[in-house]
Amino acid sequence: MSATREVISSGNELAALAAVDAGCRFFGGYPITPSSEVMHEISDLLPKVGGAAIQMEDEIAGVAAAIGAGMAGVRTLTATSGPGISLKAENLGLAQMAEVPLVVVNVMRGGPSTGLPTRVAQGDVAQAKNPSHGDYKSITVCAGNLAECYTETVRAFNLADRFMQPVFVLLDETIGHMHAKAVIPTAEEVKKGIVPRKTFDGPAEEYRPYDVPQDQPAVLNPMFQGYRYHFTGLHHDAMGFPTEEIETCRKLIDRLFRKVEEHKDEIESNEEYMLDDAEILIIGYGSASLAIKEAVDVLRAEGVKVGMFRPITLWPSPQERLYELGQKFDKILSVELNQGQYLEEIQRSMGRLDIAKLTKTNGRPFSPSDIIEKVKEL
Amino acid sequence: MAFNYDNYLRVNKMPTLWCWGCGDGVILKAFIRAVDKLGWKKDDVCVVSGIGCSGRFSSYVDFNTVHTTHGRTVAFATGVKLANPDKHVICVAGDGDGLAIGGNHTIHGCRRNIDITLILINNFIYGLTNSQTSPTTPQGMWTVSQKAGNIDPTFDACELAIASGASFVARETVNSPKKLEKVLLQAMEHKGFSFVDVLSNCHINLGRKNKMQSAMANLDWIDSITVSKKKYDKMSPEEQKNLFPTGVLKHDTEAREYCEMYEEIKKVQQGERKPLTQDDFDKKI
Repeated sequence: MSATREVISSGNELAALAAVDAGCRFFGGYPITPSSEVMHEISDLLPKVGGAAIQMEDEIAGVAAAIGAGMAGVRTLTATSGPGISLKAENLGLAQMAEVPLVVVNVMRGGPSTGLPTRVAQGDVAQAKNPSHGDYKSITVCAGNLAECYTETVRAFNLADRFMQPVFVLLDETIGHMHAKAVIPTAEEVKKGIVPRKTFDGPAEEYRPYDVPQDQPAVLNPMFQGYRYHFTGLHHDAMGFPTEEIETCRKLIDRLFRKVEEHKDEIESNEEYMLDDAEILIIGYGSASLAIKEAVDVLRAEGVKVGMFRPITLWPSPQERLYELGQKFDKILSVELNQGQYLEEIQRSMGRLDIAKLTKTNGRPFSPSDIIEKVKEL
Repeated sequence: MAFNYDNYLRVNKMPTLWCWGCGDGVILKAFIRAVDKLGWKKDDVCVVSGIGCSGRFSSYVDFNTVHTTHGRTVAFATGVKLANPDKHVICVAGDGDGLAIGGNHTIHGCRRNIDITLILINNFIYGLTNSQTSPTTPQGMWTVSQKAGNIDPTFDACELAIASGASFVARETVNSPKKLEKVLLQAMEHKGFSFVDVLSNCHINLGRKNKMQSAMANLDWIDSITVSKKKYDKMSPEEQKNLFPTGVLKHDTEAREYCEMYEEIKKVQQGERKPLTQDDFDKKI
């Protein structure tokens, strides 16, 4: 059993604490509801450990500064909400293309546009899959309770360095602003688990940062240490320099996919609750899963055999497990605080369309009674 | 002995993608000579560029180099610098890159007075995308997006930088490579945000329908719109009209640099000093 501690905190503050414990030493951001507390907290925490946090002039600059620090070799974070992701999208594409590790916390609120800034939604799930133009494979995790705001942020930093790309941590307004007791790993425990990015320590003239196996990320040494290469958002060669050479271009985008696709086992994470003998399957994530769990408990007490499947890693999706579940269960209910963004992924993975859905987009969280009522209709 | 540029160039990337006679090469060489005079180690320098012809600048020099998205040069550089305050960070942007799409970042880089040098290659046009109006295109000139003549008023980049709080602001032209080298050296030596507006030629895209089809004609025009600050200051407002002063326009060695101020924040958070108050700053409002 790993060492734990009890804290009383909020989801947003736990994400900030997790970042610092995971070795993050730079934050670039911009104020936005409901994520601002991440910036407030980390602005105090980072200078304590010799890092730096900066409030930039806009969302675009916030992520740009964070990526700049990441290029220099520092573990780096930005935090925002949906409108901020829309603005940051182009630079997130640069980080995908140049393979710069970065963690992006998105505390989801109602949308589209300015939407419902102070109220909950899960409307950025589809956006997290492809926030920027072009082809790449997103990695997105989603915290389903307070403790996971901490543990999933820590995991996101290790995933970012393992796969050398941005990793999204989706919270939603309910979880981000939830304030309660949480049991989380100790800072020492987290430190033990840090897996930093791979680096090359041979002679500089033999260093070829982007010349790696087709299922592996680039090996990017920190700046200022004798290994000079080039970052660009253009298609690039082994040293990072722009190229239009046909085979190099093909291989680059192929690799951006395969480095994630072929290592999904290192990324996938799900929770299965009361599934073994269940006859009805409910699928949900984030704060919705809190209501689902309670609904499962209530329904079980009434003798209704129901269970929950909760993807913690949303992208890449657990498509194989979803397929199996789709074969096993006749009655399936998808529950989301959007109009069914993940439902489409569930349908695709299961190869069937007859999945019931419960959605809500009025800025209010699910109550267990919403779900109990819906299950009884099935 | 002739200066050996090869030590600082990525020679296998030559020739550059820049057009025959482009001023960008003059700036590249002046920059290299200035870095050489400063004696900086190549590993300690990071060059950040944006999108446009100037965007390729970073790929030609043998430093730690970053080619970013359009206009965001200073924002990326701010992250590199704040995470590595003891290293040298240089931005290269064009007039479209640094004044239009990236104008906000230029303003706030100047305001923070973070120790970054921004070399603005100002050729008065969007060159890479074939002659669209830029924020510095003179009114009445022909562009592909304003074939009937540009009606958009023109930016004075240095006035913007001065007003925004850059502590070192200078203007030079590619017509005077030695002066340019000197000004770039001063800018990079300066502790704080330094802004250098380098007027350059684009006879291909600015010149083609504006009676400057050769590099020489374009350079002559640049000559005709510039005058040294010394002379400029002695002119009447009427004489100053339509002229840009060249040389060092602002050099404030007292202004506090951002990374140095951030060290005070670290001290506060580490319990080594009390939180900052207005009394810690000369300027109260």
